[in-house]
Amino acid sequence: MKQMVVSRIENLGQSIIDTVNGLGEFTNFTLKTIYWTFKPPYRFVLLFDQINFIGNKSVFIIFLTASFTGAVFAFQIYTGFKAINTDSFIGPLVAIAMAKELGPVLSGLVVAGRCGAAMAAQIGSMKVTEQIDALEVMGINSYQYLAVPRILGATIALPLLSGLFLAIGYGGSWLIGTKVLGIDPIMYTQKISDLMNLGMIAEGLIKATVFGYLIGIIGTYQGFNVTGGAEGVGRGTNMAVVWGMITVLVVDFFLTSFLVKIL
Amino acid sequence: MSTKSFSGEYSVVFKNLKKSFGTAAVLNDVSFGIHTGKITTILGFSGAGKTTLMKHILGLTKPTSGDVEVMGRSLGEMSELELREFRRNFGMVFQYAALFDFLTSFENVAFPLREFTKMNEEEIEQKVMGLLDSVGISKEAAYRLPSELSGGMRKRVGLARGLALDPHIMLYDEPTSGLDPITTHTVYELMRDTHRAKQKNGFTSIIISHDIHATLKYSDYICFMEKGQVVEHLDVESFKLSKNPVIRRFLEL
Repeated sequence: MKQMVVSRIENLGQSIIDTVNGLGEFTNFTLKTIYWTFKPPYRFVLLFDQINFIGNKSVFIIFLTASFTGAVFAFQIYTGFKAINTDSFIGPLVAIAMAKELGPVLSGLVVAGRCGAAMAAQIGSMKVTEQIDALEVMGINSYQYLAVPRILGATIALPLLSGLFLAIGYGGSWLIGTKVLGIDPIMYTQKISDLMNLGMIAEGLIKATVFGYLIGIIGTYQGFNVTGGAEGVGRGTNMAVVWGMITVLVVDFFLTSFLVKIL
Repeated sequence: MSTKSFSGEYSVVFKNLKKSFGTAAVLNDVSFGIHTGKITTILGFSGAGKTTLMKHILGLTKPTSGDVEVMGRSLGEMSELELREFRRNFGMVFQYAALFDFLTSFENVAFPLREFTKMNEEEIEQKVMGLLDSVGISKEAAYRLPSELSGGMRKRVGLARGLALDPHIMLYDEPTSGLDPITTHTVYELMRDTHRAKQKNGFTSIIISHDIHATLKYSDYICFMEKGQVVEHLDVESFKLSKNPVIRRFLEL
């Protein structure tokens, strides 16, 4: 009995030590990437490659997600709003929800799934095949070469995708609202200028920028921390997606509480 | 920072080098010098500390105590940036070649030239094709991805990449593991020929291996390690006559 209690206390202690170590390593990694972001040589070609991969190549999946989300959203709120004769507010409501919340969060989740996983897998497989060591032996900083372009690429691409999400999502809801549900097209759009302001768009773009940075740093960190061959790469990829998505959702709450006060 | 010629007796000197990971001592008071212009093989059983020793030569691992001098300069006194620049004096062939899998053989060899020299594309092409030719890689194979090459071809491309910046010290980390005996022989011949071609400029080759037969055939000096310590560091002929029981056991394999 005594041995079992001691063992549990030891396990608890070990978990705390591991968590603190993990946080320390993550902080160290983050600081290193920040440091190497501002040190030459600046690798613009690699950065544009990443913007292309994260941004341009995510357009189709963002198009699908946004258009169907907008369409479903219009359907869902139409029933309730029609009952109280406020269907003229459907357009602005969809636009505000897309700009402030759905655009950045759903784009973030899509990018965490698609690109966070890719970052961890690419870097992780380079780690287990000693390609990262090869870079270091040549005198090339692997954080600067591999992590920084991915982190900056995600930070730049995600707000662009979020803006696109807003436009396509609103388009989808407009199509369903006016062509299927029979709402007057002018009524659908006219209240947007009254109810929506630039602060709302800024809120969404700020959130998307933060999410992009976090997805980039989590994906690359998981890649650099891969150990143990193919199984380790799989584990790192899985962790990148899970932590990327959780982080988007949790940070969204705190960012929203902060941004609604200042914007 | 890059030093292309060095004429001192030892290219690398280990001074009371100790390295521990937690409570486990991996290197225990290692002191010896690696002769300039020679092929030295660091030999030993798995877990003897050979790879950790090699990482200290490259400055990729910091010693717990002691120091490593490379070409007369203390690595411990160099800043991170100085060390990165200094590493251009090294070429390295990894155990499984470690070619960048998203680049063709040609691009792998061109990579350090594009990163660190001001050569134009025409000059780079000329140099890369020359290097690939010298290690027996055909023009057709030059434009293949590493995944399309055999293990032996990957090692050759790795050697060409390691030589691209005309290093002073070439490191080989178990360069023939996973290769059949004929290819092993070919890769060792290539390493020796490369060494001989550059030897007069003080070119130094350091091989990490546990292949005793190839080591005896191709090395000038052998450093035998066991449990983080240097058991013997001798020229090949003296090594063959060593009375040390561990070495005798290794030699009789």
